[in-house]
Amino acid sequence: MSDEYVTLSTKLAMPYRYVAGVIGSKFFTELRDNKKILARRCPECKRVIMPPREYCPKCFSVKTDEWVELSGEGSIESFTIIRYTEPKIQPVEPPYAVGVIKLDGTDGGLTHIIGDVDLDKIEVGMRVKAVFSDERRGNILDIGYFKPI
Amino acid sequence: MKKVAIVGVGQTKQEASKPHQSFAEMLYEAVKAALNDANMWFDDIGNVVSASSDFWDGRTISNMAIQDVTGTTYKKTESKVASDGTYATVYGMMRTLSEYYDTTLVAAHCKGSEGNTRIITNAIFDPLYQRAIGLDAISGAALQARRYMTKYGITEEQMAKVSVKNHGNARNNPYAQLPMDLKIDDVLNSRMISDPLKLYDCSPISDGAAAVILASEDKAKEITDNPVWIRGAGYSIDAFYLTDRDLAECDSLRAAASMAYRMAGITDPGRQIDVAEVYDSFSYQELMWTEGLGFCKPGEGGKLIDSGRTQMDGDLPVNPSGGVISAHTVTTAGLVRVVEAALQVRGEADKRQVPDVNTAVAHGTSGYCGQGNCVIVLGREK
Repeated sequence: MSDEYVTLSTKLAMPYRYVAGVIGSKFFTELRDNKKILARRCPECKRVIMPPREYCPKCFSVKTDEWVELSGEGSIESFTIIRYTEPKIQPVEPPYAVGVIKLDGTDGGLTHIIGDVDLDKIEVGMRVKAVFSDERRGNILDIGYFKPI
Repeated sequence: MKKVAIVGVGQTKQEASKPHQSFAEMLYEAVKAALNDANMWFDDIGNVVSASSDFWDGRTISNMAIQDVTGTTYKKTESKVASDGTYATVYGMMRTLSEYYDTTLVAAHCKGSEGNTRIITNAIFDPLYQRAIGLDAISGAALQARRYMTKYGITEEQMAKVSVKNHGNARNNPYAQLPMDLKIDDVLNSRMISDPLKLYDCSPISDGAAAVILASEDKAKEITDNPVWIRGAGYSIDAFYLTDRDLAECDSLRAAASMAYRMAGITDPGRQIDVAEVYDSFSYQELMWTEGLGFCKPGEGGKLIDSGRTQMDGDLPVNPSGGVISAHTVTTAGLVRVVEAALQVRGEADKRQVPDVNTAVAHGTSGYCGQGNCVIVLGREK
């Protein structure tokens, strides 16, 4: 901005506590304590919902009623390499890769980091597996990244 | 059903920053321009619908701070759409159709320069499952671009053609931020931002405001001899999680367009629409949106740009204004599309005018990767 005009530089730092609910709590607890990745099955259409939710977004009628343990493997449907720096939101230093990862045994998947890989070698369709973080805190970064297999 | 007309339009120049104006002062400029255009005064306005975002404005309930510039203080009804200005236009249309008000001012503003778009758009994503990996509007769009390229064989050259066309068109638009004379190689060789999106595939961060005045059928005829009729409107939304969608498809836009076309009696959009203003936040999106708007079949957006039909001298010019890739005022850019489409119908788009426009389409999006879409069909005849 031009120097001849006054601007006020400040921050709106607002704390939040996002609730995971019954379903999310189970998902993150299993991730943290047992390195298990769980999804939810819809009793109506049998769809396996990932990220897990209490309701099926397709049927919209009944509660999901079954946990399904995943292998942690899947394939890259799409990916990008983030080359710009925004430390406030980025968990690792760019450049780093994130992908839409379709998880085996589900009708969804996760958007997550693709790591332990030569960034130039990542391809659509590549098979990947979840690598768990050593220190797990019950959040999505308990999966450190997905690594090509 | 009775119809609603656009009887006045106004917009500010869209710029990287406007340090000489607060956002309310900037909005006043657009509102005043629309009132002048309609030869109306604040007292003539029945009610106001605004569009803005708390996060971009950096304050809670952002519309509370614009009442003195929309003429509503002490006396008028105002409510806000916390989304794109096309949705505010449809909401304004509904209020006018209610017959409780015979005019509605639709006003949108955004000062992208005052916040941090990367942090703000990161907060669109789910805090528990997505935010922590650092996704934002650009990297989210990059995931969609690659999926679209993979599924349909869209090339980086075809994407670059959109950037060349629209930045070139922006040279005819005094309100656009980035008029540029680019070559395809300039786009292809520009700095990689988030693969496969390069600098000139991406829209800029912008400041600007826009305003539109809507009037009921009877009132419109009193106000102007040149009303622009809203012939149809539709909107639709897709799933939230990226992994629940096929990112190469724009199903919600197809649904929104279908709703708007049914209302407008349009059965062959590729022939019956003369010009379109679409929300191309990124180059590839114009290709996808032309598919969703039914100008070509799914997956043929690349062929459509190759055909030259969407160029200024083609039979279906897309984004004569330069589009969102040439100026991206979030929550406002869709209303700018409405303003531009209305000017096209009136034959008053100056150097960017497409000849003989009877029917124009304005398109807005909301959410990442075009999750939500709104389509408005404007026409010279009802």
